[in-house]
Amino acid sequence: AAVESSDSEEEDLVSYGSALQPLQEGERIKKPVPLQEQTVKDAKGRYQRFHGAFTGGFSAGYFNTVGTKEGWTPSAFVSSRQKRADRTILGPEDFMDEEDLSEFGIAPKDITTTDDFSSKAKDRIKEKARQIAGVVAPIPGTTAFDDLIGPSKITVGVELLRKMGWKEGQGIGPRVKRKPCRQKPDPTVKIYGCALPPGLSEGSEDEEDEYQPENVTFAPKDVMPVDLTPKENVHGLGYKGLDPSQALFGVSGREHLNLFTGGSEETSNLLGDLRHSKGRKLGITGQAFGVGALEEEDDDIYATDTLSKYDTVLKDEEPGDGLYGWTAPKQYKSKRRPEGEFKYIGKILDGFSLASKSSAPIKIYPPPSLPRNYRPVHYFRPVIIAGNENCHLRKALEESTGKLEIDATQQSRHALNASQRREQLGETELKGPVPSILEYLSEKDRERLKELKQASEQQMKAKIGSQQSPNSRLQPASLEDAAHKWQMLLGGQLANAGSSDFKPFAKNPEKQKRYENFVKSLKKGEKDTLERFLDPNMTEWERGREQEEFFRAAMFYRSSNSTLSSRFTRAKYEDDVDKVEVPRDQENDIDDKETAVKMKMFGKLTRDKFEWHPDKLLCKRFNVRDPYPDSSVVGLPKVKRDKYSVFNFLTVPEPTTSVTQATNEKIQDSNGLNKPKKPSRWDVSDKEKEKKDSISEFISLARSKAGVQQQPPVPATEDCGTGTSEILPTLVTNEDKNQEEESGRPPMDLFKAIFVSSSDEKSSSSEEESDEEQQPTTSERESETTKQVDVPDSSSSNVQESVTARTDSGISSLPTSKQELDATEEFGPKLPPAFSSGRFCKHLDRKEKHRKIRERHKTKKERKHKKEKKKKHKKQKNKGKHKNKKTEKDSSSDTTDSSDSLSDMDTTGLSPKELLRK
Amino acid sequence: QRVQTLQCGQGAVRAARFNADGNYCLTCGSDKTVKLWNPHKGTALRTYQGHGYEVLDAAGSFDNSQICSGGADKAVALWDVTTGQVVRKYRGHAGKVNCVQFNEEATVIVSGSIDSTVRCWDCRSRRPDPIQVLDEAKDGISSVKLSAYEILTGSVDGRVRRYDLRTGQLCSDYIGSPITSVCFSKDGQCVLAASLDSTLRLLDKDTGELLGEYTGHRSTTYRLDCVLNELDTHVGCASEDGHVYFWDLVEGSLALSLPVGQGVVQSLAFHPRLPCVLVATQGQVTLWREDSFQPEGGPD
Repeated sequence: AAVESSDSEEEDLVSYGSALQPLQEGERIKKPVPLQEQTVKDAKGRYQRFHGAFTGGFSAGYFNTVGTKEGWTPSAFVSSRQKRADRTILGPEDFMDEEDLSEFGIAPKDITTTDDFSSKAKDRIKEKARQIAGVVAPIPGTTAFDDLIGPSKITVGVELLRKMGWKEGQGIGPRVKRKPCRQKPDPTVKIYGCALPPGLSEGSEDEEDEYQPENVTFAPKDVMPVDLTPKENVHGLGYKGLDPSQALFGVSGREHLNLFTGGSEETSNLLGDLRHSKGRKLGITGQAFGVGALEEEDDDIYATDTLSKYDTVLKDEEPGDGLYGWTAPKQYKSKRRPEGEFKYIGKILDGFSLASKSSAPIKIYPPPSLPRNYRPVHYFRPVIIAGNENCHLRKALEESTGKLEIDATQQSRHALNASQRREQLGETELKGPVPSILEYLSEKDRERLKELKQASEQQMKAKIGSQQSPNSRLQPASLEDAAHKWQMLLGGQLANAGSSDFKPFAKNPEKQKRYENFVKSLKKGEKDTLERFLDPNMTEWERGREQEEFFRAAMFYRSSNSTLSSRFTRAKYEDDVDKVEVPRDQENDIDDKETAVKMKMFGKLTRDKFEWHPDKLLCKRFNVRDPYPDSSVVGLPKVKRDKYSVFNFLTVPEPTTSVTQATNEKIQDSNGLNKPKKPSRWDVSDKEKEKKDSISEFISLARSKAGVQQQPPVPATEDCGTGTSEILPTLVTNEDKNQEEESGRPPMDLFKAIFVSSSDEKSSSSEEESDEEQQPTTSERESETTKQVDVPDSSSSNVQESVTARTDSGISSLPTSKQELDATEEFGPKLPPAFSSGRFCKHLDRKEKHRKIRERHKTKKERKHKKEKKKKHKKQKNKGKHKNKKTEKDSSSDTTDSSDSLSDMDTTGLSPKELLRK
Repeated sequence: QRVQTLQCGQGAVRAARFNADGNYCLTCGSDKTVKLWNPHKGTALRTYQGHGYEVLDAAGSFDNSQICSGGADKAVALWDVTTGQVVRKYRGHAGKVNCVQFNEEATVIVSGSIDSTVRCWDCRSRRPDPIQVLDEAKDGISSVKLSAYEILTGSVDGRVRRYDLRTGQLCSDYIGSPITSVCFSKDGQCVLAASLDSTLRLLDKDTGELLGEYTGHRSTTYRLDCVLNELDTHVGCASEDGHVYFWDLVEGSLALSLPVGQGVVQSLAFHPRLPCVLVATQGQVTLWREDSFQPEGGPD
């Protein structure tokens, strides 16, 4: 009830004005803006005061109040008995604002040209407008009166000219002799509308024209102002609506027209002239428009319109048949054509004329009737049979005629594709994954390929037929024969033709279907039923053609499938992107590293070096010069690569470097040259090309390691010096190996390479020791396994832990086998010196603990020195400072070695070494 | 020899770190705090609260004016030492921040996270995002160390990466098993890497060759620290069996094992100049000195 009552109350209430907007939840009630902050800005953003009755405001003084800062009294007010405020007479300007006096205000104070000085150009436009207005005005010609009434103003320019002797209507320039071309209007012409009194409008000119003594020169004709009115309508070119002047006088005869043609010049001449164009203003009169107020002659207004006035027959128009007033009657009039050419009835545009002679009729040749066995495939008749002797001739012909290559070359055996060659050779088909190359082609390309194929196929046939080749493939005499032949050709290889993927006629589903059926039947070998799959609506010829097409398609599919599909693998990346962004350098296979780690071959094998771009700011913060000041890359540089590029898999920069150390100096030089920091595709390919060169032997060396691996490691260990040279030949055979395999291999190869070189080194450097050393190392290794178990014991740690640790760390040593031994032998000596030093430490420990022979220890130490030195050398080599140090080292004595190592240590400040010395 | 024991009272101590001159140390607790200590006297100086989760690593700036810390709340915080307030907090890591380091001038904080990125944060500008993200690692970053121009990172993917700003190179050394800790030797020539196969490896920085291998401790699951002593003569590593092991750097022989406690030794820090080790295990941090420091025997 309460609700109802409230409702009713509300209904009863009468509300005035518009309600305030309901407050949003949480919205604060806006405080009223204080007075001094109520500001208004003008268009330019300046603060504006409310001012000026003229702009709709009110005078507002200080902060939009009426007062000033001083209060209500204007500060300007000064009044005293002596000095009375002088009464100023206030004009309207005193009450105006700046805006009012500005350019667009109501009382602009800017300097403007008055009418006296204004140029006439403006007036001309005005004039035109006025003329048009006159034409369009309800009462035609009224504007003429305006002109009459309007004050005649003479501009300064005109006045000046006048003073110089110019008269209106004249041109400006030296006087010339001429014949007045203007003619007086025919007195018989009736002037409708407001023809101006002759005395006033045309008088001067006409009189001038009339009076033409022979020896008097005339002023040049006034230049006709160019009428530059833009075309704004959608009428055709040259179309004029109702031309008032012509319509007005249209009924009159020929002379009248002549008058106007002559006079048109004058009129247009005068159009520009303010004074004289006035008189030419003429309204439209005529029956269609009723009787104009100014027309004197109105007797025929109500005359009945008789049909006789109209043409009832389509025939050649007579001149003067009352068509005036509409588009360009003048030309139509003036050009009288011979009767025979009156074919064209329409109007002719300005500047165009009908041709006087009609062109000869186009002769139509009927198409030649096609011979029954015609196939719409063109081949050049005088085919030059391909052969070695006329190869040049053929080529010349080719060039001269600009023929398609296929036309000329297909006859040669080189034009045979792989499948055809294979057939001829009787080889078996390559098996490959099903997807064919065709899948990767666009529809269009496929079509084109097919056509090419067809053409070539056809020619092949022709050639074979003509040549009576030994395999005697005869030109098929009929479709059945063709089917036979094809079937023979395709044989069992058709098996996968037409299977799912290949849709040569995908564009034409019907055809595709037919094709599939066809292939199916072909597979079953029912050759006689082939025909029924073809479209019965087709002509025989079409059918034959299609069958041929199918055969070829099947053939093509088969061949391409077999030959090409084996070369392709499924895309790893998306199909529609043919480039992928991959880091330019990728960390190599972990497997190789794993093995390297197991063998404790740290160093090159486990290291990847990449170009890395630090952020500029980071360099700045680290107070380091930006290593790549020009590059905008941050982080590892990325490159766009072809998805299928082989070089995504090929990263074999390091093997080359390591191998070179083992090989001679010359090779090292070359290595220095093309030691690839980042293998680019071209680098690699170049190398592969160069393989035969002696310079790039080292690459082959790297390759050869794969070969070595397969061989027993015996030659390498026993005969290290010759090992490398032996390997060379094997390498060549290995060239053809899969690239992936190669890419997978290098690290192992590398390892081998290192091994070989190291053993080489060792044998050369410490020949006497070698015998002794080999043994100790092995024996010690054995002892190592036992000993290392001891170590944790001594350190009072849990035994089982140490055992596990032992297994982890001593991976290689435990599984003792012949191979193991070999391995240790192999890399023991070569091992990156750093590693060996580490191992030596262990040896030393053992020695100390077991009190082994002192001498041995010494030799060890010596060796260690050497190792260290070697390491140093290696480093230096890596830096590329001196590469043939090794040889020097080999020859150098122990003392120099030690001193070297000492100096090295000093320079590098490696404390561990010093410690060791103690 | 145990000199001082700090009962931190901040839960498990995730990391104990010396400051630049070794007079003070920072401990990171699982109670979301970082504490500043004078380990030699055993006095707690200040507690820094502000992390949202346990703090995993901390580092002091060269001038002792700032502390950076990273925690399991994925944030890296920059503290003002004296006021104890968080100056800045860098968010951007997608996972726990395992390690933080200042560069030499404390203008950049480098943090490594379990999200396999290393992020370099600018301390100078107010930039909220890192200067650079090093996302080459395939697995979490367990350790980060900085030299004057290098960033050394150890990752669980078994690689030690060294970003050389001066030459613009990234050297990635494959170790095999997950790296728990890396550090430079004092002479800057070697890199020590501890991995989860209970092995410490000393690698030549330039060539990546193995200079030494140290085994005997147990490190299979935890992220344990490894250190080099002040003279680069010994290598130390925390172990899961409650000991801290020291090896002779050159010979690779086990020189010493400190029985610290029962639990896993969580963190280890070597004094920058003195033979002095800070060892964090469970809830306490102990300071160990050399023999000569006090009558009884100790490390070295």
